[in-house]
Formats: sequence, structure tokens, C-alpha cells
Amino acid sequence: MISYLEFEKPVAALEARIAELRDTAAASGELDIAAEIRRLETKSAELLANTYRALSPWQKTQVARHPARPHFRDYVERMFTGFMPLGGDRLFGEDQAIIGGFARLGNRRVMLIGHEKGNDTQSRIRHNFGMGKPEGYRKAVRLMEMASRFGLPVVTLVDTSGAFPGVEAEERGQAEAIARSTEACLALGVPMVATIVGEGGSGGAVALASAERVLMLEHAVYSVISPEGCASILWRTAEKAPEAAEAMKVTAQDLLALGVIDRIVPEPVGGAHRDPAATCTALAAAIGEELDHLAGKNADALRALRAERFLRIGA
Amino acid sequence: MSWINRVRNALPFAAPKRDTPDNLWIKCPSCGEMLFTKEYEDNQSVCPRCDHHGRIGADARLAQLMDPGFVLLPAPKVKEDPLKFRDTKKYVDRIKGARAANPHPDALTNAVGRIEGKKAVVGVQEFAFMGGSMGMAVGNAFIAGTERAIREKCPYIAVTAAGGARMQEGILSLMQMPRSTVAISRLHAAGLPYIVVLTDPTTGGVTASYAMLGDIQIAEPGALIGFAGQRVIQDTIREKLPEGFQRAEYLHAHGMIDMVVHRHSLRATLAETIDYLMAAKAA
Ligand SMILES: [Zn+2]
Repeated sequence: MISYLEFEKPVAALEARIAELRDTAAASGELDIAAEIRRLETKSAELLANTYRALSPWQKTQVARHPARPHFRDYVERMFTGFMPLGGDRLFGEDQAIIGGFARLGNRRVMLIGHEKGNDTQSRIRHNFGMGKPEGYRKAVRLMEMASRFGLPVVTLVDTSGAFPGVEAEERGQAEAIARSTEACLALGVPMVATIVGEGGSGGAVALASAERVLMLEHAVYSVISPEGCASILWRTAEKAPEAAEAMKVTAQDLLALGVIDRIVPEPVGGAHRDPAATCTALAAAIGEELDHLAGKNADALRALRAERFLRIGA
Repeated sequence: MSWINRVRNALPFAAPKRDTPDNLWIKCPSCGEMLFTKEYEDNQSVCPRCDHHGRIGADARLAQLMDPGFVLLPAPKVKEDPLKFRDTKKYVDRIKGARAANPHPDALTNAVGRIEGKKAVVGVQEFAFMGGSMGMAVGNAFIAGTERAIREKCPYIAVTAAGGARMQEGILSLMQMPRSTVAISRLHAAGLPYIVVLTDPTTGGVTASYAMLGDIQIAEPGALIGFAGQRVIQDTIREKLPEGFQRAEYLHAHGMIDMVVHRHSLRATLAETIDYLMAAKAA
């Protein structure tokens, strides 16, 4: 069962009609309905393709936040084998908004770290909607440093609306934890490939995305503040979020042109949630290629590559 | 204003309050006391009644911290308005307005000189310039400041004040977080100290990058320092925020900073800190 976004309503109507016709055909055995079904299917596929080719930044934001979009767990299950989650920051606690551990991508052994948003009420609460706390970022630092010591490349999957804004998070140094996580990325002596798979929300995303190769799924978004947040500050109303999304340049296509990301990984027509398996196949291949390109570079070369990549941005 | 009026206004008993010009008197935002501006500024913009530390600009700050004879570094060139951003107003017009109202071309100004005889490069963030916000100009100035410190073989001191990232530069403002962090790591690779002085207010992406990565973290009394804005937190947790939340003393109590230092002692504290951190290099 697909849940449709507002701008997908025309596609939804066509798909509902097709389903209806199929039911009729199954019940009556009428063959002439088959041609009509094929005609509508073609029309629906075209409409979907056209819609997704022309998504506005605000529509992409909604696709990136789609509740059925694959999340960290889905990528783990479909792209990796032998995932061994490693818990805790050794200082305060275990944060389930940021998950990390050993994993295999094909025959490559990696340290995999990412945000998990959850996919139903219970798991969303457990994962705090993907909003990391200081202990989550400090766990990421611990895992990255260990990966660096033992020569494991780091792969991150970024999907967060932002780091958690709360009293305890501030008390335990949310800002410092994010800053240290960014620093840890930049200091890695092993290859690092980051992918924005859904929402790349502000500092909470940068902290896991300061890599020498930054990828984005085709309809993912990455921004300094949410369009709603930007709109409510600069336009003084969250209703201007579509304008803010447009003005801030949040899409993978804009960010590739700005040199902020290095590569776009195409999504299936209709978005990653329509075909998670195909999405994962494409992403696994892209990350694998990037890791293979980086293999063999020594620690200093990798750090220099990463530093120069960021210094170049906007210059 | 005539000389006689100036004298009359300078005398608290002679001037009725409704005639008081803005530039002679200032109301302490904390205790509400009406203060004679000159007395206030002579006291480093600290309220003599309640010790409230007022917000000051780069020029006043540099004069307070550095020995006479310090030299301002030129502001690095940056691509202006890279996203052609416009909200209710064009970003280029906002910058123009900020430049007209401020002495420096953007929100971070560097100077090279000495602090009680000890060489240092000091970067001061100007809250009055678009809320001190961090965009390409601030990022590039930060990087230029650290590079100068590396050439001079001296510490870099960042005096922070910012609401966060400059939204009008979109993702490019966010990229200043890793960019400034690269600059700090180069300073460290050269064996040089990075010292942060957090002033009111320092929040958002600035706090979550270079403002929290100092070898030494100093804050001014009462300064608001945090990652998330208080309204955002309140909207999330829907309860009252604790007393003194996100203030310098609160951060000190929670182990996030080394010390809270009164503005009157800041210069001496920095000099002493540099003395320790540079001792092995000097030997
Ligand atoms: Zn006062």
C-alpha cells in the first residue's frame, strides 16, 4: 500500500482506476479490459515519470521525508551483510537515533554509521525520529576513531531533520558533540564515503557527512535549516516553506552544481520508496565504486583530499 | 547639539529624562539602570551596577584585548550572494544595509598584534552585523586568521558572537562548519593553540563547530551559549526551561567550558594562557 503525497494525487487516481479495472477483469474474465488497463498503466507511468522529473525543491523535501522511504535499517538489510551494531559512547549512554557498527558491502569490510528515523510510532520514539543526541555523535566519534585505527573505511548514511533540540542534549554539550564528530570525520586516516539518503538537516547531518566523497540520492535534500524554519525566520511564516526551499538550494541537483556534493545516485521512477530494492542496488554499486577509487590512498593523502575538498567549496 | 546642552545633559540632575539623547545615556538591558555612556564604555561596556556584560563590536573588543599598535587584517574576498537569495528582501540589500551600519565589511574581523606582549592573531565576530551570522565571508576570514597565526607561529583567538549560520547563503553557510574545522586542525598540526572566547550570544552552527573546538574555552559572564534556540527547545519539550539555562555559568557547571572570566580580567587571562601554551615553543 503506497501512501501518496499531495502532488501525486493525479497518479493516485489513475492507479486506483487501474486496480479497480483489474478487480473487474478478475471477477468477470472479460479480456477487452486488459487493453484499457495497459493503456492506463502507460499513462500512469508517464505521469509519474513526468511528475518526478519536474519535482520542485519543496516537493523533493516531502519525498525525502516520505514515511515509506527506505531508512537506515532497510539499507542495512538490503545492501550490507553481517551488520554488527556496536553500542554506546562510553561516557553517558546509547543513542538509537544514530546507529553504527561493522558491516560488509560485498566483500569490503566497513564501519557503517547512520541516522535511523524509525517507521512506526514505537520505533520512531525509540529512534527519537532520527534526531541524534550528544551520546549518539560521541558514539560516532568512537566508532570512526576505531575504524581509523584498524583500517576500516567509513560509510555513513545521513537521514535526519537535525540534531535533537532538548534541555538534556544542551546540558551534555550537543554543540560540542557535533563539532567533535565533524572533526573526527576530517581526521580519519581511512576512506570515508557519506550519502545523504533522505534529509540532510543542518549540523546534525554535517557531523556525519564531512567526507572526501559526499553522495546524495536523487530526491534527497540537504540544507542549513529546514525550509519551514528558514521561512518562519526570514518570511515570518512557515507557510513560505516552498519559497524557502527554492531559495536555499536544497536539492541534489543544485548541490552538485555548487560543488557541495560529488555524485547523485538515481532513484527509481516515483522515488526510492516505490522500489527500495532497486534503490539499494544502485546505492551499493555507487558506494562500492567510490570506496574502490579511494582504496590504496594513505592516511595523509586522504586527510589532504578531504581538507582541500571543503576549502574549495564556494571559493 | 550646542556645548552648553552637552554639558547640561552630562549632568544627571540637570537634564529631565525625556530630553535625554540616546548617545549620552544608556539603559542597562539587565538591571534597567540609566548609565552615563562614557562611564559605561570606560568600564568596557560592563554595567557598573549589576555587572551585565554588554555586546560590543570588533573595534572595541580588539582595543580592550590587544596592545596598542595591532594591525587589522584585510577582509578576504568572497563571492557575494552566491545563491541570488531573496526573501522579503534581497540578500544583497541586507548586506548593503549591514555594511552601512557597521565599520567592517562582514561579521568576522581579524587583527594581528600582541596581548600583554604576547603575539596573537585575534578574530572578533560582530553580532551587530547580521547577527554575527556565519557565511562564506566569516568562514574565509576564520581560515585567513588561522593561516596568519600559522605564519606568525602564534595562537589564534576567536571571540565568538553569532546567532548561527547565515541562511541567505543556504548550504554554503553550513559548509563553514567543516571548513573552519579544517582550519583548526591545520593550526593544531602546526602545534599552535586555538583559544575561544564565547560572548553573548553564541548559538547554532557556530557553536556546533569552531566555537566549541578550542584548546581553552573561556566565556564571558552571563553569555548565552547553546546549540538549539530556546524557543525551539520549548516548542519541543513543552516545559519551562531551567534557571540560567544555556548561560556561561550553566555551561561551566556542566563541564563544557574551562572558565567564566569577567571582561576586566580577559586580557590578562588570555596573556597568561598563551604564556603556558607557548612555553615549550619559546624554550
Ligand atoms: Zn545593570
